[in-house]
Amino acid sequence: MLLQLKLPSIRLNKEISVEEKKIELNKVDEFPPMPVSLGSMRVNKTSSWRNFRPIIDGEKCIGCGICWKFCPEPAIFPTNPPEVDYDYCKGCGICIANCPVDAITRQDETK
Amino acid sequence: MNEKKELRLSIPKEEVLQPGHLACQGCGASLAMRYALKALGRDIIVDIPACCWAVIDGPFPYSATNIPIYHTAFETAAAVASGVSNGLKAIGNDHTTVMAWAGDGGTFDIGIQALSGAAERNDDIIYTVYDNEAYMNTGIQRSSATPHGAWTTTTPVKHYRKGWKKDLDSIMVAHGIPYLATASIAYPEDMIKKYLKAQKIKGTKFIHVYAPCPTGWKSDPAMTIHLAKMVVETNIFPLYEVENGKYKINIKPKNRKPLDEYLAMQGRFKHLPQEEIEYLQKTFDEKWEILLKKEEHFG
Amino acid sequence: MKTVMNGDFAASYGAMTSDVKFVAAYPITPQTLIVEKLSELVADGELDASFVKVESEHSAMAACIGAQAAGIRTFTATSSQGLLLMCEVLHWAARARLPIVLANVNRAIAPGWSIWADAQDSISQRDTGWMQVYAENNQDVYDSILMAYKIAEDNDVLLPMMVNLDAFFLSHTSEVVDLIDNDKAKEFLPAYDPEYKLDPNNPRAFGALTSPEHYFEFTYKMFEAMEVAKKKITQVGKEFGDIFGRYYDMTESYKIDDAETVLVTFGTIAGTAKESVDRLRKEGKKVGNLKIRVFRPFPTEQIIDALKNAKRVVVIDRDYSYGNEGAFYTEIKGALYDANLRIDTYGMIAGLGGRDVSTAVIKEIVEKAETSEPNKTYFIGVKR
Ligand SMILES: Cc1ncc(C[n+]2csc(CCOP(=O)(O)OP(=O)(O)O)c2C)c(N)n1
Ligand code: SF4
Ligand code: SF4
Ligand SMILES: [Mg+2]
Repeated sequence: MLLQLKLPSIRLNKEISVEEKKIELNKVDEFPPMPVSLGSMRVNKTSSWRNFRPIIDGEKCIGCGICWKFCPEPAIFPTNPPEVDYDYCKGCGICIANCPVDAITRQDETK
Repeated sequence: MNEKKELRLSIPKEEVLQPGHLACQGCGASLAMRYALKALGRDIIVDIPACCWAVIDGPFPYSATNIPIYHTAFETAAAVASGVSNGLKAIGNDHTTVMAWAGDGGTFDIGIQALSGAAERNDDIIYTVYDNEAYMNTGIQRSSATPHGAWTTTTPVKHYRKGWKKDLDSIMVAHGIPYLATASIAYPEDMIKKYLKAQKIKGTKFIHVYAPCPTGWKSDPAMTIHLAKMVVETNIFPLYEVENGKYKINIKPKNRKPLDEYLAMQGRFKHLPQEEIEYLQKTFDEKWEILLKKEEHFG
Repeated sequence: MKTVMNGDFAASYGAMTSDVKFVAAYPITPQTLIVEKLSELVADGELDASFVKVESEHSAMAACIGAQAAGIRTFTATSSQGLLLMCEVLHWAARARLPIVLANVNRAIAPGWSIWADAQDSISQRDTGWMQVYAENNQDVYDSILMAYKIAEDNDVLLPMMVNLDAFFLSHTSEVVDLIDNDKAKEFLPAYDPEYKLDPNNPRAFGALTSPEHYFEFTYKMFEAMEVAKKKITQVGKEFGDIFGRYYDMTESYKIDDAETVLVTFGTIAGTAKESVDRLRKEGKKVGNLKIRVFRPFPTEQIIDALKNAKRVVVIDRDYSYGNEGAFYTEIKGALYDANLRIDTYGMIAGLGGRDVSTAVIKEIVEKAETSEPNKTYFIGVKR
């Protein structure tokens, strides 16, 4: 899959797309001469780091965007109400702690 | 569900930093990069010396930022950026932003010589120090940015850090660089504004970003933003800019908060006796007064 | 165009003829003339390049790494303590596969402070992944820099190259140097256009964390690159000769076909050794000289070929690997062993800290070899 990255910058002369799949290097001849990135870290689903998941209550949500703004991954989609990307959410709890109307609750992950 | 308006966004929507990166839960340094790149965009080259960010972007053959990143030796952030910037200019590229992105250890300590050199030459770079107040990548050892009173693995509880955080910002101002700013990840709008400003200025721009580290500070990852806010509200880490020698304080808390609560939220300060807390309070208040005077005289 | 100039200037003009776009350097005796000359050439607009006057050699190499990674041809020069200060970033440049070219004026290491000729500086950086050339004269310095870029930038090589010249014997000694016309040089050395570079239009992260799953292969790739470099150095030396009339290779043999005693030398000592060979031959001694021009990659095959018929191999080192012997001596013996050649060898350490290695000294060395036990190291000229 190719990941299309939007360009906040106008000066580039092309859209950047980055390989979003596991890169297998089985033979030395397939290696680049030096360690250079060949794909996106999006292959690394960080959901397993999580002990709990934040649940956003769409009824309570006032659409302020604060949880989206402060997510360090980022693992919240800027929709209204926002949606958590559970593939990547690490369960830090920042979104919960910063929601001004307590619209986000924690639900323990059963592992 | 009834129709809702779009989510309110106070910072650019586009993400350059992608999820999947290797920062710890609630890492302030990852937020710092997320905001900086939202401002600076993709026409950029960033060099990163040894520090947590050398890991956060991901191992070979991946990258979480997908911008040109150059991993460099610990003490070389500024020199490598100087090379990129001057090299690009030599071949007529005047538009690509060149940024060095280093931790406090790579900046206050081992990288200060190269940084001073770049600043003295006024090379056209943005230098960011994301300050988590210790060597985190190597397991929480003290740096000269570690605050008085803090525990680290090399300043253990019985011998907690004594002595003041190096006043690197003043050292940088003394270099006569065109732009210096402090920023905190709890104030992304302010931070982004500062990066946008820095991008337009020619010469050396120094941005000092306060970036809490739950792992090293023994704090709750959920409290990262709170800490980054409280540090400003207590006047421990004031937000200000120095543009061509002119000081401007961006946030002046009406009632400066006492620092007890800020300290109490971090395991690294839990051993501190009351008289040390009072001493810290007194000293930070004095430092704030000095900053106000600087603004008054050089504003 | 033939001009008279010292070795430092030859290095500066070598960089200019190579059309470098970026220079970062820090002064140290006896390299200072290179920095000064390049500043002047850039200031006068003769060399269209950015010159960053860094605050240390460490930053000089770091800045070159940055610029070269951005796809720009860079040059730097240093000597002795300066080269040592660069150590970590020398490794960085090589493992990052950046074809940076560096002129190093071989000077002794302190303490005691010494500004005179000695190869301890570059020999101690032997394992940084840099190719190493040792120049015999100022023309060699100039030509080697131009060839260095061509070899280093080859897509199958991509390794940095260090061109070494002896302190004062070359750096401050004037000789005739034939300068190459810029257009002709451009034909020989096309503009630098690397496949991998820092480019916002093709963004990549360089040099990230590399696990045991991958690190090994990158070192193997450097082994492969060094093997390719051996062939390239010979090939480029010949191509250079065909165009400009001066031929170069990794080694140079002088009167070795019938030689019983073969001297193995590098740097300016090689020039003196050739003169000594002529004199000793007049005395009836069958002596020859093998000059090692390129030390990394190590020209094992050429060395074996040149030494296979010798009765005595006498290696002169202007360096000493503490606790063992001269670095060249060790490696020459290794090459002979590879070829199952059991020849008497003599390790001769001479000329340290700028002490002169004259034809008289070389004569003494040959006599010493003829009368001493083989397979041992001797310090020549120690006051006893
Ligand atoms: C020359 C050198 N010395 C020491 C190290 C080990 N080292 C790597 S990162 C680091 C600490 C980095 O601290 P800082 O710059 O504050 O960044 P952080 O890890 O806190 O993000 C150290 C000591 C190194 N890589 N290179
Ligand atoms: S818990 Fe943390 S990682 Fe998960 S969505 Fe909230 S802020 Fe993002
Ligand atoms: S140790 Fe601290 S700075 Fe480093 S990644 Fe973890 S939280 Fe971030
Ligand atoms: Mg740190």
